[in-house]
Amino acid sequence: MILTGAEIVVETLIEQGCKTVFGYPGGQVINLYDALYTRSDRIQHILTAHEQGAAHAADGYARASGEVGVVIATSGPGATNLVTGIATAYLDSIPMVAITGNVPNSLIGKDSFQEVDITGVTLPITKHNFLVKSVDKLADTIREAFKIAKSGRPGPVLVDIPKDVQVASYPYQACPVVEKKMSKKAKGDKLSRAAQMIAESQKPYVYFGGGAVSADISKEITELADKIDAPIGCTMMGLSAVPVNHPRYLGMEGMHGHYASSVSQDEADLIITIGARFSDRATGNVSKYARKAKIIHIDADGAELNKNVSAELGIECDVKDALQRLISLVDQKKNPEWMARIAELKAEEQVQFEKVTAKDRITPYALIQETAKHTEADTPVVTDVGQHQMWVAQYYPFRNSRTFISSGGLGTMGFGLGAAIGAAKATGKRTVLFTGDGSFGMNLNELATVSAENVPVVIVIMNNHVLGMVRQWQTLFFQKHYSNTDLHERKTDFVKLADAFGIRGYRIQDLSELSAVIEKAFAENSPALIDCAIYEDEFVLPMLPPGGCIEDIITERSDK
Amino acid sequence: MTERFVIAILVENQPGILTRVASMFNRRGFNIDSLTVSETETHEYSRITISLTGDDGICRQIIKQLKKLYNVKEVKVMDRQKSVFRELALIKLKNVPETRQEILSAVDIFRSKIVDFSPSTLCVEITGETSKIEAFIALVEPLGILEMCRTGVVAIERGCHYLNSDTSL
Repeated sequence: MILTGAEIVVETLIEQGCKTVFGYPGGQVINLYDALYTRSDRIQHILTAHEQGAAHAADGYARASGEVGVVIATSGPGATNLVTGIATAYLDSIPMVAITGNVPNSLIGKDSFQEVDITGVTLPITKHNFLVKSVDKLADTIREAFKIAKSGRPGPVLVDIPKDVQVASYPYQACPVVEKKMSKKAKGDKLSRAAQMIAESQKPYVYFGGGAVSADISKEITELADKIDAPIGCTMMGLSAVPVNHPRYLGMEGMHGHYASSVSQDEADLIITIGARFSDRATGNVSKYARKAKIIHIDADGAELNKNVSAELGIECDVKDALQRLISLVDQKKNPEWMARIAELKAEEQVQFEKVTAKDRITPYALIQETAKHTEADTPVVTDVGQHQMWVAQYYPFRNSRTFISSGGLGTMGFGLGAAIGAAKATGKRTVLFTGDGSFGMNLNELATVSAENVPVVIVIMNNHVLGMVRQWQTLFFQKHYSNTDLHERKTDFVKLADAFGIRGYRIQDLSELSAVIEKAFAENSPALIDCAIYEDEFVLPMLPPGGCIEDIITERSDK
Repeated sequence: MTERFVIAILVENQPGILTRVASMFNRRGFNIDSLTVSETETHEYSRITISLTGDDGICRQIIKQLKKLYNVKEVKVMDRQKSVFRELALIKLKNVPETRQEILSAVDIFRSKIVDFSPSTLCVEITGETSKIEAFIALVEPLGILEMCRTGVVAIERGCHYLNSDTSL
């Protein structure tokens, strides 16, 4: 079958299992959009308000489903608008294929209209990228892009296609979906050594990150912890892989981690790390991190081993296979003293929590709990970045893996709304977006997409009229110099804004209204926005100050 | 402990691959002492030789990061004992009667050669291991180096060892 390059692109996307693409048309992708138009019965295109929103949507789609997310943009500004979205996916190892149009080959390098060297720009934020110079390479390049995106440690891949390549004709023949290449199997002697280290430990701690979500190893993690009698902690990227109500689960550790999770990690004599990369937000001062523990580090990416923290034993491998084999190698253990200590820490944490959580006003905790009454185990819960993100990470009762969708590594404010659209499209489920007035302000243009597509997303804005996370640092470390973090003068009426976009809007100003308003917002399966006022000096606690260690943990406010 | 490593990298002979390799070094904050790149025995691959200073951990991290690059086929640290290292330098010196004899004997002792001679300048070509070139430079520096360029290190293993794992006798 002879097709144009543009048609080959769309046919190859369909062939690779892509059902939904996100994007925005433009001069150098008109041909591509024409090919989408004539194939709209087989592939859905979601038009966003801005290319950044489309990139975050493709990312959210991938996070919620585990499939490769696809975004399309035109050359020049279309392509550069994807950059933050691609970097977000790169830092969190999310499989994504970004397709950009470019000026025709003959105009490349001449500073032509809307020309930008997007493969150059995205070099450090993609797993790999391609500039397809001739149509004969087109289909195979897109297949290869899918393969790279989902293989080993996943990540984004960009394919830049000059206009003349989209116009040219070439035979196309459908191929099967490319198989992802798994990391190699762990060596038996390394797993035996791991089993030996586990046998010798008295205070083991099972620690997982985003790699546990992408490798789908929730079951293996709890099985291992049960067998070796260990508590389970995670990084923010690992959230939702283990249900919050699991008796061994201590939650996220690190800068704003749960007290019991961070302290027990510090007291442990062995940390079995799976699919985590020891980011500075997770470790604090690395020289003082987990001083009493030996570290076993199991990861799909060998370059993570000994990158930030040196491990006694590093295993580069297919983590699911390695964990299954490790479980069969270890003997059933009992660590009663250690587990008693864990219980003690959990009790301490509860006391601290009671002490810092107000009962007489709308706290983020109350808002999250009240919202959670209306969600299901498989409801995608998306966040933006800032204090609200940490509160959701700390308090939301996650049950199913892939339900926590948040920008971890890059910390992209403005990620949430686009990602929520993608998550809702991927799952067909009603989706919740927790955001702050700061983050939401960055990309609220995507309300247009929510409205046009009638995306069933409930947007919960924790509105404190400040950039709360920076304000918290200014309070603690900058003598309350609230430099450019006060948003009171903006006077944005989010309820009116929702109305302007044709979306139901609700306001909550008092604790007495909380439950009834949230119920109303969830009553219909259509988009809704809740603007909920919260106290401007609510703190995210506990907090390990940047570059600090466990002794520096802040568990209550001392500045008042 | 900090030491000098020479890493040989076999890459697909495609545009932009040098940028990918160099960009990785830049992004990860690794310093390059020298870098050379050229075609190999097959048109399919280019060979990049990078010399850098760092500790063992940095070297291992660099190798792993290089292996993650899509167009990289092989990466190997060149063993000091089992490889031949060479570098070439062209050094332009002041040509005045007072120092001419000293330069000529240095050229002779270091088995280098004069490749250009003008009434006021002369140019020396010297090849060898980096240490030899640096010793020569130190020797002639007081005599007035006007211009200098160096190729950076290239390296090849001795005997039946090849960077390309597909190669055999």
